[in-house]
Amino acid sequence: MASSYNAKEEDGHLSGSAGLGGTAIRTRKPDNTAFKQQRLPAWQPILTAGTVLPAFFVIGLIFIPIGIGLFVTSNNIKEIEIEYTGTDMSSPCFNCSQNFSWNSTTPCKCVLSFTLDQPFESNVFMYYGLSNFYQNHRRYVKSRDDSQLNGDLNSLKDPSKECEPYRVNEKPIAPCGAIANSMFNDTLDLFYIDPNGTKNQIPLVKKGIAWWTDKHVKFRNPAGSNLTAVFIDTAKPVNWRKPVYELDTDSENNGFINEDFIVWMRTAALPTFRKLYRIIQKKNNMTPTLPRGNYTLEVTYNYPVRSFEGRKRMILSTISWMGGKNPFLGIAYITVGSICFFLGVVLLFIHHKYGNRNNSSDIPN
Amino acid sequence: MRLVKRRWKDVRVGDFVRVLSNQIIPADILLLHTSDPNGVCHMETANLDGETNLKQRRVVPGFSTPGKPFQPQTFSSTVVCENPNNNLNVFKGYVERPDKRRTGFGIDSLLLRGCTVRNTDDAAGIVVYAGQETKSMLNNSGPRYKRSKIERKMNTDVLFCMLLLFFMCLIGALGHSIWLETFTTMPSYIVPDRNGNYTPSVLAGFYMFFTMIILLQVMIPVSLYVSIELVKMGQIFFITQDVELYDEELDSRVQCRALNITEDLGQIQYVFSDKTGTLTENKMVFRRCTIVGTEYRHDENAARLAVVSGANEEEEDTLYQQTKLPKLPLEELQDSHTGDKNHANTQVTAANRHRSRVAAGAQCDMAFSTPLETVVVPDRKLTLEVDRQMASILSGPYLDFFLALAICNTVVVSTVTAQRQRDKGRSNSDGSFHIMGQWFRKGSLRNVFSSMKFFKRDGETLADPFAKDEDEPDMFHSSDVSDSTTGQKVLSSEGEVKRSLSRTEEVCYEAHSPDEAALIHAAKAYGFTMVERTPYHVTVKLPDDTLLKFEVLDVLTFDSTRRRMSIIVRHPHTNEIIMYTKGADSAIMERLGNVFSDMSQVDNVAKQIAVKTQKDLDMYARDGLRTLCFAKKVISEKEFKAWFAIRQEALSAIDEKEERLMDTATNIENNFTLLGATGIEDRLQENVPETIQALRRAGMQVWVLTGDKPETAINIAYSCKLLDHEQDLVFTFSTNRKSVCKMRLEDTLGEVRRSSLSPGAEVQFRGNNSGFTLMEHSIGLVIDGPTLSMAMSDDLVEQFVELCKHCRAVLCCRVTPLQKSSVVKLIRQKLRVMTLAIGDGANDVNMIQAADVGIGVSGQEGMQAVMASDFAITRFKHLQRLLLVHGHWCYSRLANMVIYFFYKNVAYVNLLFWYQFYCGFSATAMIDYWLMILFNLLFTSAPPIMFGIMDREVSDSTLLSLPELYKTGQHSEGYRRSTFWIAILDAFYQSLVCFFIPYWTYNGSDIGIFSFGTPMNTVSLFTIILHLAIEIKSWTVVHWVIMIGSVLAYFIVTLAYSAICTSCNPPSNPYWIMHKQMADPMFYLVCTLTTVVALLPRYTLHVLRGTLAPSPHLGARQLERLPPSRREQRIREWRGLRDTCISPSLRSQEHSSSPCPTA
Repeated sequence: MASSYNAKEEDGHLSGSAGLGGTAIRTRKPDNTAFKQQRLPAWQPILTAGTVLPAFFVIGLIFIPIGIGLFVTSNNIKEIEIEYTGTDMSSPCFNCSQNFSWNSTTPCKCVLSFTLDQPFESNVFMYYGLSNFYQNHRRYVKSRDDSQLNGDLNSLKDPSKECEPYRVNEKPIAPCGAIANSMFNDTLDLFYIDPNGTKNQIPLVKKGIAWWTDKHVKFRNPAGSNLTAVFIDTAKPVNWRKPVYELDTDSENNGFINEDFIVWMRTAALPTFRKLYRIIQKKNNMTPTLPRGNYTLEVTYNYPVRSFEGRKRMILSTISWMGGKNPFLGIAYITVGSICFFLGVVLLFIHHKYGNRNNSSDIPN
Repeated sequence: MRLVKRRWKDVRVGDFVRVLSNQIIPADILLLHTSDPNGVCHMETANLDGETNLKQRRVVPGFSTPGKPFQPQTFSSTVVCENPNNNLNVFKGYVERPDKRRTGFGIDSLLLRGCTVRNTDDAAGIVVYAGQETKSMLNNSGPRYKRSKIERKMNTDVLFCMLLLFFMCLIGALGHSIWLETFTTMPSYIVPDRNGNYTPSVLAGFYMFFTMIILLQVMIPVSLYVSIELVKMGQIFFITQDVELYDEELDSRVQCRALNITEDLGQIQYVFSDKTGTLTENKMVFRRCTIVGTEYRHDENAARLAVVSGANEEEEDTLYQQTKLPKLPLEELQDSHTGDKNHANTQVTAANRHRSRVAAGAQCDMAFSTPLETVVVPDRKLTLEVDRQMASILSGPYLDFFLALAICNTVVVSTVTAQRQRDKGRSNSDGSFHIMGQWFRKGSLRNVFSSMKFFKRDGETLADPFAKDEDEPDMFHSSDVSDSTTGQKVLSSEGEVKRSLSRTEEVCYEAHSPDEAALIHAAKAYGFTMVERTPYHVTVKLPDDTLLKFEVLDVLTFDSTRRRMSIIVRHPHTNEIIMYTKGADSAIMERLGNVFSDMSQVDNVAKQIAVKTQKDLDMYARDGLRTLCFAKKVISEKEFKAWFAIRQEALSAIDEKEERLMDTATNIENNFTLLGATGIEDRLQENVPETIQALRRAGMQVWVLTGDKPETAINIAYSCKLLDHEQDLVFTFSTNRKSVCKMRLEDTLGEVRRSSLSPGAEVQFRGNNSGFTLMEHSIGLVIDGPTLSMAMSDDLVEQFVELCKHCRAVLCCRVTPLQKSSVVKLIRQKLRVMTLAIGDGANDVNMIQAADVGIGVSGQEGMQAVMASDFAITRFKHLQRLLLVHGHWCYSRLANMVIYFFYKNVAYVNLLFWYQFYCGFSATAMIDYWLMILFNLLFTSAPPIMFGIMDREVSDSTLLSLPELYKTGQHSEGYRRSTFWIAILDAFYQSLVCFFIPYWTYNGSDIGIFSFGTPMNTVSLFTIILHLAIEIKSWTVVHWVIMIGSVLAYFIVTLAYSAICTSCNPPSNPYWIMHKQMADPMFYLVCTLTTVVALLPRYTLHVLRGTLAPSPHLGARQLERLPPSRREQRIREWRGLRDTCISPSLRSQEHSSSPCPTA
């Protein structure tokens, strides 16, 4: 980048010199200041091949290592996806997927088995994934009442209009709105099949999956000692099986501050998304969190996705500083870095061929 | 009877109004009474027609009551006049008295609104037209709403944006319908309406169209209009603050009266200029004279003028010192002859000069009486000669010459008072005026004054100018009785002790034309002072202080056919009847008494004089001086009597009065004895030739439109380098017959076409934008008013315009104000070019309004032009800086800003649009509403505005030294349709990058809508700000502060907003989103990568263009880097390069048999 400070000295002291002659004649003469006369010292970069060459090389040299780093990190993340939608006849969940009803009292269960080829070393995050689910539909996104969720009693009694038509079902619905109404309600359980054939349930931690601020600031249960009493005058969302105060037995994870609920309420940006379901915490340093071997996934199949041809997945993933597995950014960095480097070379060539002409006495015509 | 003060707006038809001297007339008033014994009233019409001379108005015949105050209560007649019309020169009506007697009146009894009463203490009359019906108001066509070229272009581009928006919304609507169609049963994320019903997909799509409009409406840059207004305000601020455009003399800056066309200043292709007062100072300065064949160069005077032209205050001071010093011996010399009179003269000079400085800011004190014009330093040789003749004989050609100078004119002697009053009148002419109540007060005041005068004379602290001048009883007497003014003289002397101390002839001249003023001041410099003029007498004081009181027998006024005027007087001593004549050289020379027929000895001498004088005259003309010849004729008593009888008959004639009067005049005006000739300079304003030269080099065509006569106009055109003696091939069009005009047009056009097409190199140059088209422009066209109107008639107009295109300079003389404006309109419409009109007088108002940019020169001719103009400057030379520097800056700034604004909006809005493909075209925004609004309002609004106000690609000094750089604006290179579309394309590209890099990064992850939108918003901000950073050409402190401040503002506001807002602004609910994102390293990685990718193409393109095909501007910027000495050399090289490019074609042109004007 070319740079030159062609600072011209300010002669602002001339301003108001008219008054110096003792005669206090006020003239309309403009102040002779650098600002008013547009003579502020200025840095005037000139973009030519010669001047910007270093920039290109520097970008190239910085981006390529970053890209490689990202790529390697991403590759080190272990991830497995199990689809359990059951569209396929062969799928164990086929039957469950066929008889859809939000309100069926008998839960449909299906069991999928899978194998981990490599052990998952650190904490493993368990996600459920939905695809073709437009949680970002404008009217869907709007259909919630944040003050109700924040524990506001007035909003509990009289939910926001935005919640229509899931606002009042004889009694005001809590939590109201389409987002809450369509909450994901499959239950996923994971079992490790020992080489000797015993089935060990893997402990899934359901706390700490939502944002801390959401759990502690944004979502609050209405004031009251007993949740059941607080929600007594409200109706459950139409599609829910249980009222909101029965989401969990743990009072720290019940009602509006149920973390599954909070996670669901943070609407996904894109129609294919995953949401954190559980965390499998590393027990000790000696054994991997999920050792190599066979596993089964037991699904309590409640959530219908057939109407929009959605897919449901269960995802197990380790996490790095850059989040989940995504090779894109690494590749992009490497590519852009290379392009910059290449452009740098091209410019170097151009600079050698044409640049000298400009810098010498020749004036462009 | 009582007179009351009224506001202008309260004046009604039928009111009796009295206007005092130097007041502006509030309505069209039929003159019924004046204080003048002859029933006349002088009026200055400069506000109306630009003529600075005084017009005489007469009381309606039969109503004149000289010496008595006006008594409206006795007026019982009926006034009948025509309906209001806009003709300033025609007015008809009659007054019917109670006894049914009718008296007709015409325009010469009408005082026009807007004019100023001069030299008449008071005038009274009845209002015949008031308000909007007055002639001056009817002549005012009202302002034209001007819209700049960029804005016009921009508006079409806004339409394109709307079209784009329409298509995007259409895609959204269709997409939504189709998306809905894919569902057989409604999924849980599609929200039914209140009753649980789902909207049919087609209808939903239809609704979606409008929802999309609301979402994407930012596409239409409404804020652009607001920003443009702000930018223009800033630009205007800087223009008015420019100290280079400040006129110290008048204490005025450049005024920007139109706020919305600053950038048009950078696109001007045709400049139409008025001559008088614009190119020239409209100050006639006596330069040289030739008397009976001897030329007097007046070198001393020339030296003085040369210094004056600096026109700076300090300079003027030093000048005075300088000129005074060499004058000293001269003074002594004169003192020996004429006492200390000349010394006093010098003091007057000093006083004058002093006064002009003190009164800086006020208009010039009176018409044609600045020191520049009034002070003439006598030629030493000539002074000696005059003194010799004075001493020996009391007559002689030298004396005759100066007597002719002094009396052969229509100059009115006025007093200091009038002058002072005028100053006052000018300063508070704010609309209120005095109706007759003033009269009484003034009357009583007058008594006080006259008594005071005598008292003062005794008290003797402030000398009355005439108090001690016992030699001048005549004069004292006359000034005492003539008017009420003498009393006020005392008043005047109070104010200016220095002045009154000079104790000499403190006379002021009210001349009808600046030439006359110059001449009479020249005569005064040699001691021939006209001290009094009445209709019947004219008194001249000679160098030896004797007074000559001539009896005026007749005055043959000037007219344009005879082109001369004569005065017939009776010499007080010899009793001879003498006619002094002055006139254009041809008008005098052809009537010299049989010089060329007779071969006698005496005549031979006369012939020699004539030949010598003619030679001098030719020389004067070459120097661009206005020449006048002076001649004398002694008429015998008998001859005069005979002629006078015929004259009287002609005067009383009713039919063909004009012709008969002219015949009589021609009859007597012959057999002149040539006295001599004068050369008067209509001084060009400083730097006019340089300015015209620079405008030319900047690719502007300069036309001069003047009401003046061809000879003068051509003289000026040559002296201001509009036409060039060597280079230009000048065609003159002046004919009264249309067929001739047509023929001439066709011939010239054919010739021009042939010559411009013949050299092959020429075509090449025309193809090149930055190349010169000098060759075909070396044609000058001079056309006069009548011919112009023929050329502009429907059948010839095409050819005329075609010819004009080829002309380098066009000079139109004798054109009316209306013609001026129609020429401007013609060129503007036919050639579709940007026009600028510059003028100073009311006669330029039409032209100023017709042009794209109207510039008023606030000079001496009233404020009409300034009021009608878009910009008002004080000197013509300011035009150079105004156009080349400010125009260029404003244009490139605004053009860049507008383009940037379009880009900015499209780039941002498209983010939302791309998102629609991933949210079922449901018009979801992934960015918080408030942040979206603030993004345009707060985070990205200040940088473009600052960019539009303060960016500076090339410095002013470079722009001035390389006017060629102006051409980018002329060819609208800053803002073209292609530039627009490139910006839009770039915006699309950048928005794609800004959307899809985050998209691919976060796709399939657990990211929430607004967490997804945050990096996009941030990335957009960086892209948009850094895009501007690439475009900014010079970074000052302000730039840094605003750019960094905008980014900081974004982070601070967003962080604060998402920290405070726990449950506000549903549905976005930005709580803690920004913090969460900023704690994530991915956020920074995404932002960096996206910004780099988004800006890489533009940056690379800039670099490549800068290296491979640098624009002239880039070259100029590189020049600025060089040390001053190198820079000078390069600039010369640059120019030289261009000149050598031109000259071969020039040479080939000359050789290719085209008629070149080489002498």
